[in-house]
Amino acid sequence: MPTSSVQRREATAGWIFAAPVILGWIIFVAGPVLVTLLLALTDYSVGGSPRYLGLENFRKFFTSADESFFASVRATALYGMLSVPACVAVSFGLALLLNTKIRLRGLFRAALFLPVIIPLAASSVIWMWLFQPDFGVVNFVIRALGMRGPQWLASETTVIPTMVLMNVWLTGNSMVIFLAALQGVPRHLYEAVEIDGGNSLHKLVYITLPMVSPTIFFAIITGFITALQAFVQPAIMTSDAYHAGGPNNSSLLYVLFIYREAFRFSKLGSASAAAVLLFAVIAGLTWMFFRFSRSLVYYEGGERT
Amino acid sequence: MTMGQPALRRPDEPVTPVSVNVRNPRRSRRGRAAWFVYPPLVLLAAVFLFPFYWMVKTSLVDLGSIFEPTPRLLPAHPNLDSFVTALTMFPFGRFFLNSLLVAVLTVAGTLLTASMCAFSFSRLRWRWRNRVFSVVLTGMMLPFFVVMIPQFIMWRTLHLTDGFTPLIAPAWFGGGVFNIFLLRQFFLGIPRDLDEAATMDGAGPARVFFQIILPLSKPALIVVGLLTFLASWNDYLAPLIFITSEEKYTLMLGLNMFLGGYTAQWNYLMAATCAIVLPSVIIFLVAQKYLMEGIVMTGLKG
Repeated sequence: MPTSSVQRREATAGWIFAAPVILGWIIFVAGPVLVTLLLALTDYSVGGSPRYLGLENFRKFFTSADESFFASVRATALYGMLSVPACVAVSFGLALLLNTKIRLRGLFRAALFLPVIIPLAASSVIWMWLFQPDFGVVNFVIRALGMRGPQWLASETTVIPTMVLMNVWLTGNSMVIFLAALQGVPRHLYEAVEIDGGNSLHKLVYITLPMVSPTIFFAIITGFITALQAFVQPAIMTSDAYHAGGPNNSSLLYVLFIYREAFRFSKLGSASAAAVLLFAVIAGLTWMFFRFSRSLVYYEGGERT
Repeated sequence: MTMGQPALRRPDEPVTPVSVNVRNPRRSRRGRAAWFVYPPLVLLAAVFLFPFYWMVKTSLVDLGSIFEPTPRLLPAHPNLDSFVTALTMFPFGRFFLNSLLVAVLTVAGTLLTASMCAFSFSRLRWRWRNRVFSVVLTGMMLPFFVVMIPQFIMWRTLHLTDGFTPLIAPAWFGGGVFNIFLLRQFFLGIPRDLDEAATMDGAGPARVFFQIILPLSKPALIVVGLLTFLASWNDYLAPLIFITSEEKYTLMLGLNMFLGGYTAQWNYLMAATCAIVLPSVIIFLVAQKYLMEGIVMTGLKG
């Protein structure tokens, strides 16, 4: 039986062992969040001192004194709306293909997953070259088919779809998660469909989709949370020392907008206000995720922790 | 219990007892169905791998071949000149070592402090423990962009910007709540008898942690270490904010600088990109199994 001195020693050790994250939470989480909220109400530049503005930063965004804010909201919304459904559909399709009885499954899975572990900055450069309008291989193939290829990253209308296309190539993560979910569907459910004379489509619609629906829901929500924070693609592919998210702000994704406000224009207050807005949206999505996953998720073995 | 469940449950109940009898027909049907799967899979795998092939191919030709109106699928005169130029024009060795240093110290900090905290939250009994844990958990989903401006101001005030400290330090303070969460789950699965026996023999918490819990947690530590390494190695935003002088650039910043300086010289750019991609590919090939497990475990990381 533990004596009280042993208990005391354990409690002291408990605090000491947890100390890093307690300090880390104060220094890198709570403190900065609080400061961001406060800075959002100020005009503040690097090296200067903050001046209280009230809600002026927010008002400025919505009264279109700054058109690039709306441009970035539009670009980010388009990016998310296109990217998330495309990625979820493709990764789910890939997982379905991989979840069949095939040889060399590991090899196929590795090939489809490989793009994910490449640094995003590096794969962005590769895609710039593939989709280069004049000498890129993609437009060469399109020309060979007798058509004229678009300007891809160089055109306001195609820049976001091009990035979305690249995201489809980067869906290995959710593919692996879907694959795990598919493998968790009990076999006897499919056998039941077969006994009733159902075909593969019936199995997909009546068994697979309902059984993995929590994972699909999860993939959609986390997909949006990730898409809203996309930064590297436009920072590498459509920005240079003087511009960000070109052409003409059409790929100025929101976090790039925040970055530009803060570190190019030195408007730390305005950037903080923009960060607060996006944070509210992401917090809402996260809340939705936890709120609805509780009622949507079904685990055969009971509750999961 | 909940609304979604009856629909999910329904198909399985009446038929379960019979399922054993249909094993064989199902298997043969599956075997046939698999054939239809190969063509799309082979095609998709080829499409997914093509960018890598094109990168390597481009890095092996000279500038003239880049601007041919009809690109060749195979390089006409493959050579390593682009690599020599690309890797000597910019201090890539330096950038590589910088990236490596940051990543290794980040992994070390994460493995040590995240497992310490996970140990405290799963094994040690102290007042407030669960309350502290749930408070700390709020940092789990916190996006970097929310805290980057105050962090920048903080490091700048401490005169520590343009150094590696801002990139490494957070890892030494718990190493990301998500990692603590993962390790805690793993530690909870280790039988308590082990450390209770050790405690009976007079071992203190530190000994239990280092001599019992850590050695038994190698798989979880490998997963956390790998994902942390890749996240640090691939990171672009944080170095972009905190690092300004060229000799402290990480590989990703170096690549961006290269991109600015060598616009349209794609053979050099692709050679540089090859060099940057290679370590990640090697890690992938060596540790694929752990990575896949890690992805499934940490799906949230997206």
